[in-house]
Amino acid sequence: MDLRKEFLGAYTVWYREVLRFFTDKSRIFGAIAQPVLFLVVLGGGISSAIKGVMASGGPLGAAASGLGGGFNYLAFLFPGILGMSVLFTSIMSAISIVWDREFGFLKEVLVAPVSRTSVAIGKIAGGSTVAMAQGALILLLAPLVGVKFGILQGVELLLIMLLLAAVMSSLGLLIASRQKTMEGFQVIMQFVIMPMLFLSGAFFPLTKGSWVTLIARFIPVTYGVDALRQIMLPASVMANFRIAPVEVEVLVLAGFFVVFLVPAVALFSKQD
Amino acid sequence: MPVIEVSELSRDFGDFTAVDAVSFAVEKGELFGFLGPNGAGKTTTISMLCTLLKLTSGSARVAGHDVARERDAVRKSIGLIFQDPTLDERLTGLQNLKFHAMLYGVTREEFAVRSAELLEMVELTDKARENVRSYSGGMKRRLEIARGLLHHPEVLFLDEPTIGLDPQTRAHIWDYLLELRQDKGLTLFLTTHSMDEAENCDRIAIMDHGKIIALDTPDRLKEMVGGDVVTLETADNARAATLLAEAFGVSPQVTQSGTLIIETAEGARFIPHAMTTLSNAPEPVEVFSVSLQRPTIENVFIKLTGRTIRESESTGAERMRARHGGMGPGRRR
Repeated sequence: MDLRKEFLGAYTVWYREVLRFFTDKSRIFGAIAQPVLFLVVLGGGISSAIKGVMASGGPLGAAASGLGGGFNYLAFLFPGILGMSVLFTSIMSAISIVWDREFGFLKEVLVAPVSRTSVAIGKIAGGSTVAMAQGALILLLAPLVGVKFGILQGVELLLIMLLLAAVMSSLGLLIASRQKTMEGFQVIMQFVIMPMLFLSGAFFPLTKGSWVTLIARFIPVTYGVDALRQIMLPASVMANFRIAPVEVEVLVLAGFFVVFLVPAVALFSKQD
Repeated sequence: MPVIEVSELSRDFGDFTAVDAVSFAVEKGELFGFLGPNGAGKTTTISMLCTLLKLTSGSARVAGHDVARERDAVRKSIGLIFQDPTLDERLTGLQNLKFHAMLYGVTREEFAVRSAELLEMVELTDKARENVRSYSGGMKRRLEIARGLLHHPEVLFLDEPTIGLDPQTRAHIWDYLLELRQDKGLTLFLTTHSMDEAENCDRIAIMDHGKIIALDTPDRLKEMVGGDVVTLETADNARAATLLAEAFGVSPQVTQSGTLIIETAEGARFIPHAMTTLSNAPEPVEVFSVSLQRPTIENVFIKLTGRTIRESESTGAERMRARHGGMGPGRRR
């Protein structure tokens, strides 16, 4: 196998993904608008509800206070929104290969003198890059929700988003390899992507011992969001509900990546 | 040395044999046509030659490389234009070409020269920076032809290159193809189910039920039909057929559209005699119209199969549907 040629092939597929993102202004706009909408509507609504509950006292108020004094829900939600954006973008990017198949473009790629493995890797790399770029754009909103971090933390955040994106792109490709038409997409959205988002702790703290927390441990997004959160929020706030130390979470994500990547590439290479 | 050599090539889909022990060779610089009804196995054959489909048995070499064992070498030396468009509609024409150049390892400098030249040839220079989504069907096809030639292929494969295009655009596309063969000495291999288009080819292989039933130049194929073709419309085709068969020893065919087709060596001399015979018969047969034609490829197909291509299309399509739940082998990719 000619490695230089294979690398060029993967690079070409990656290049197309990135080119398509940066030349599509509506996509860039949507990438920013959706998280802003979530922050304003969900964040604004729940913030005021939490304040109300805290003020009312009683068992609920006490539970809310358990989150720590001066709990800022917007700051808590922000890493969750980042995770959501990365999840949607990377999984959609990979699934777009089904579109390419339906509209014929995939043929152009599959008849080229480049191996399927390189095509699959290029696709995953492209989806991950786009998802990370989108996350970087959202990261610029951090000052608005009162989150502060230095350059080093900024780099760490980007790397974790990239890793989470790679995990989800691989999962997306794994799903897409088995799918011949876009018709099944709604089902995947309803039964795979949305539950993953809601159970991951992106929108609410995972409290120890609840069934949600138990399920959350099997969802890659949980570790991504938790790691982002630990880097952004003060350790004192995180002490109550973090899942594991960041280093462990990075390892778990890397594990998920391998577990999804290997069968995804194998299945993609095998189809005719 | 032939640029395409195919020997005993077969492909099965389950218990259905789509291509059945086909052998042929195509010379360098030839414009070679594969003609046959839908479902005859044309697309399946082309898919195997382009390394998109595994062979069930037999062998094929394209540009000196074995299609089963030297896949990448074959891919590098061919250009491909599929039945359905394979462009990225969200990118511009030039970006689509760039993507292809990168996949095939065309250098940046070469791409600059080559893409300008090819866009000029297909008259898309002005549109190159527009999104492909805004292109018409004919423009997309032209862009695909330019793209297929970008990496200097030795053979250009075209699967139904003019399907779904209006007659004017069809003629336009054909001008390019003929020009390509003339000026660049490129080998063109195309499939079609259009008789008129097949006439443009240097040689035609007629395919039916997965087999090649005839292979020759259009002129030689037409010689298989006995000289001229006389078409009659009469008040009673059956009786006219009997009368003419008795008098001249010809074997008239009655078509489904209600005409009588007679093959004869010298049509112009045959017609007056035929008219006299029909009107002087004890019970004369009235003749409404007479036409005299040089034989067409369609006549050859009828002669070989006893059906017109259109009649075969319906049975071919039904056969496919019955076997594949609505999908022919060509759609399986």
